[in-house]
Amino acid sequence: MNPTRPKPFAPRDHSIQPPALTPAYRSTALRAPLQPLLRVENGWGETTGPVFGHLPMGDLDDDLILNYATPGQSAIGPRIVVHGRLLDQDSRPVSGALIEVWQANAGGRYRHKNDGYLAPLDPNFGGCGRVLTGADGTYAFRTIQPGPYPWPNGGNDWRPAHIHFSVFGEGFAQRLITQMYFEGDPHVALCPIVNAIPDTAATDRLVARLDMDRTLPMDIRAYRFDIVLRGRQATVFENRMEGI
Amino acid sequence: MSGLHESASQTAGPYVHIGCMPNLAALGAMYGGTDLGTEMITGEAQGQRIAVGGRVLDGKGAPLTDALLEIWQADHAGLFNSPSETRGAADPAFTGWGRQAADGQTGRFRFDTIKPGRVPWPDGRLQAPHIGLWIVARGINLGLHTRIYFGDEAEANAEDPVLRQIGDPARAATLIATADRDRYSIDVYLQGENETVFLDV
Repeated sequence: MNPTRPKPFAPRDHSIQPPALTPAYRSTALRAPLQPLLRVENGWGETTGPVFGHLPMGDLDDDLILNYATPGQSAIGPRIVVHGRLLDQDSRPVSGALIEVWQANAGGRYRHKNDGYLAPLDPNFGGCGRVLTGADGTYAFRTIQPGPYPWPNGGNDWRPAHIHFSVFGEGFAQRLITQMYFEGDPHVALCPIVNAIPDTAATDRLVARLDMDRTLPMDIRAYRFDIVLRGRQATVFENRMEGI
Repeated sequence: MSGLHESASQTAGPYVHIGCMPNLAALGAMYGGTDLGTEMITGEAQGQRIAVGGRVLDGKGAPLTDALLEIWQADHAGLFNSPSETRGAADPAFTGWGRQAADGQTGRFRFDTIKPGRVPWPDGRLQAPHIGLWIVARGINLGLHTRIYFGDEAEANAEDPVLRQIGDPARAATLIATADRDRYSIDVYLQGENETVFLDV
């Protein structure tokens, strides 16, 4: 039997991805490769990848309000649920995919030994969570809205409130880390890290929208954030059709 | 053409450990007390046990102490432990996927893994044994893909399709780890004279 190789991923569209060197974000100066990337075909190692659909998840892994809190207490800050769908570029839901998230607390302080910002730690907030996508690609987790914070970048730089996302798809070539921002935050447009993205529509797709339909009265507000991973290359037949 | 655009990447930042290695970040016993990806060998795995270590260096030659590295590789027989592997069943005692942080002081990383078998390239040629490597950190806007080959596989390396595509032997050499029996060592250079070849996979 001749095994069917998974379809290769479509080449990455770099016009909507940040280039390596973006001088306004100073940390890239010494860390950006200066030679062009070498485009290589997708083989088995690129189209396959680790999949975590059967990973045993703890009851509170997807609840940052409670997962670091003393029983009976909860994290301080605006209570939110972040939800959305994980799709690929062909609009196929990516199911059983692991999404890991991390963030600062409501004061803009990370629970990390290298973060010395003035804002205090919240004893009931760790800032770490994870969730698996459902059969339809949907995911949701509860957290508190993180605060903006200053960072050393040579000037008066403040990060917009954001949540970091690490996303696995079906293949290692789809591996993605990104950040989610909040609708209406004036820091988004000012941020050199955000502005590393060369396409304003691509930036806008990282901004979560307030979702009153999922907001629970007297309890918690909802923000909607969809994530898209790379899709598969079209077949030769489909390419021909496009050429007609 | 695909209908949707891939989400834009953003840097993992300096606090990536909170989300990806919470136990290392001292968040207490998150997720059962073991960080995902730190144990690739989960039983009596077949094949040669090896350690692959090194550093990631910036344009001034300083090691990154805040980088996160992930590897993805075949098992000893060249099979991937993934649902999309259709050539056969990979060794169930080997995950094929590892995640480690660079040491916060020295910048050193280390993966305890299995020497991978050879995997065919789409055109049927055999690739040399290698490990796929993905690096994220503060100052890296889009995760960097590269590969780790083995210095004691000169014959296989000489016919590897990707190393041949690189062409220039000095550039290809940036992907080849030096061998000391079952220990392999590689430094990844983000910039400079020895800049590592990074791949658009």
